[in-house]
Amino acid sequence: MTDLTIDLGFLKLKNPVLTASGTFGYGLEFEPYLGLRKLGGFVVKGLYLEPREGNPPPRLVETPSGLINAIGLQGVGVKAFAEKILPKLKDLQTAIVVNVCGGDDDEYVAVVEFLERQEGIAAYELNISCPNVKKEGMCPALFPEPTFHLIQRIKAVSRRPVITKLSPNVTNVVEIAKAAEAAGTDAISLVNTFLAMAIDIETRRPRLANTFGGLSGPAIRPLAVRMVYQVASRVKVPVIGMGGIMTGADALEFLIAGASAVEVGTANFVEPDAAVRIIGEIEAWCEAHGIGRIRDIVGTVKAW
Amino acid sequence: MTIDRNARIRDVKSWGDYFLLTIDSPAVGREAQPGQFVMVKVADTPFPLLRRPLSIHDAGESGIELFFKIAGLGTGILAAKRPGDPLDVLGPLGKGFTVSEGARGKNAFLVGGGRGIAPLYFLGKELLALGARVTVFYGGRRHLDIPMKDKLEAAGLRLLCSTDDGSFGFRGLVTELLCPELDRTPADILFACGPDPMMKAAAGMARDRRIPAEFSLESLMGCGIGACWGCVRRIRDAGGEGWVKICEEGPVFPGDRIVWTD
Repeated sequence: MTDLTIDLGFLKLKNPVLTASGTFGYGLEFEPYLGLRKLGGFVVKGLYLEPREGNPPPRLVETPSGLINAIGLQGVGVKAFAEKILPKLKDLQTAIVVNVCGGDDDEYVAVVEFLERQEGIAAYELNISCPNVKKEGMCPALFPEPTFHLIQRIKAVSRRPVITKLSPNVTNVVEIAKAAEAAGTDAISLVNTFLAMAIDIETRRPRLANTFGGLSGPAIRPLAVRMVYQVASRVKVPVIGMGGIMTGADALEFLIAGASAVEVGTANFVEPDAAVRIIGEIEAWCEAHGIGRIRDIVGTVKAW
Repeated sequence: MTIDRNARIRDVKSWGDYFLLTIDSPAVGREAQPGQFVMVKVADTPFPLLRRPLSIHDAGESGIELFFKIAGLGTGILAAKRPGDPLDVLGPLGKGFTVSEGARGKNAFLVGGGRGIAPLYFLGKELLALGARVTVFYGGRRHLDIPMKDKLEAAGLRLLCSTDDGSFGFRGLVTELLCPELDRTPADILFACGPDPMMKAAAGMARDRRIPAEFSLESLMGCGIGACWGCVRRIRDAGGEGWVKICEEGPVFPGDRIVWTD
């Protein structure tokens, strides 16, 4: 029996597999397909203060081994979440992470202040990296200063741990990660989706009504592994890695690159029970390789 | 809603680009209701990545039938499957047509365009079994685009066909065939599935005559289970209009809730 538990310092997980925000609804959608309590945790869909309408369709386009989405963070808003959904999640005995959004810094702070009055939340994941809500993919995570200032303000009002989710759409992700760490983030998760575009050559229109969207799925995995490796080797806070994880082997690649835990995203769309299968595959690999504790493989990538 | 990874293809029939798959899947077949759909995994590789949404054409104790037209890579791969091949099917999903004991003696009009006929066979059979009088209006571009006509007739459904080029049945749009028929024989309820312009026209005719009507909407889907929010359409409710996930609240909606666009 491999010990799959992971201690992030601020949060103990029963295993290193969480599900990624925006790919797992509010969790309950998946209860018919997997036992939510088997997960290391799950990150609910991003929440603003008020309900949000999202972008007009078409919102999705499939590309080779990938998916470009421009949902635009449609959602019920944090109040309806706290009232109608959160009470149903509280007995699940798994880490429930709430993905926090905002149109500006004040809204992020207001969302966290509201959630501080609710029970049953393990941590916040600060979504400063969605490419689909402002023009040209603009978001705080593209620059170190806005990242730093926002995290500082959130840390000042939050008694719960804060995970900051970074964007891959930057020249130097380590610079942004260091700004997040300096501002006091408890952990870093990466990557959000890659800003992308597809065009229908017959109509010559973009395939998404939003023109741009965020690319996810196996197509981005090598890019994500590289960024997780770069960040994990340069910051002290724990890193949660994601990007196209479909199998236990994919998850292990991120762990070896330096991630203390992983998030499974697009795979949930294809196989609603993917995250639980991946946990089993990680465990089987560890047993086959005589690894007694999963935490012992984190960051063990070897130099040539 | 089950993930049936042990489903198996029993039979494949084809008419040009149109395919009818008979699939052994008791778990999905037993639960299915007319108007519901399944998400089919077409490949074991990451490309194509996503499952494909397909209406349930028929269902029973042993499994389901799927009727579709090759529209791209995914349906192309599905069309190349052979009897005996395993298939991974997630479903049945969504909310289907309203089928109740109240249908007895009612006059039901079913309007299908092209591959949109897919869910109407299952619906027609169920309505007949409940004692409704069912007329199916089935339209396509050419004779080749209405391959299910013999099967619909064999099921005992009254059938009226149209083709754009006049190669079979009425020459013109299926809604041009529907309109005078609505005036001749008052319908108690109308169901439709097909291209949006067809459904929009049928919705207008039903509204003008105050006939309750239900429409099966189509969209690209990421997951089929309400998690990705990719398949939205403009839908009205008491609180106003918004983008609603058709995989979860639909794919079938009452006509008065759908905001039609051009």
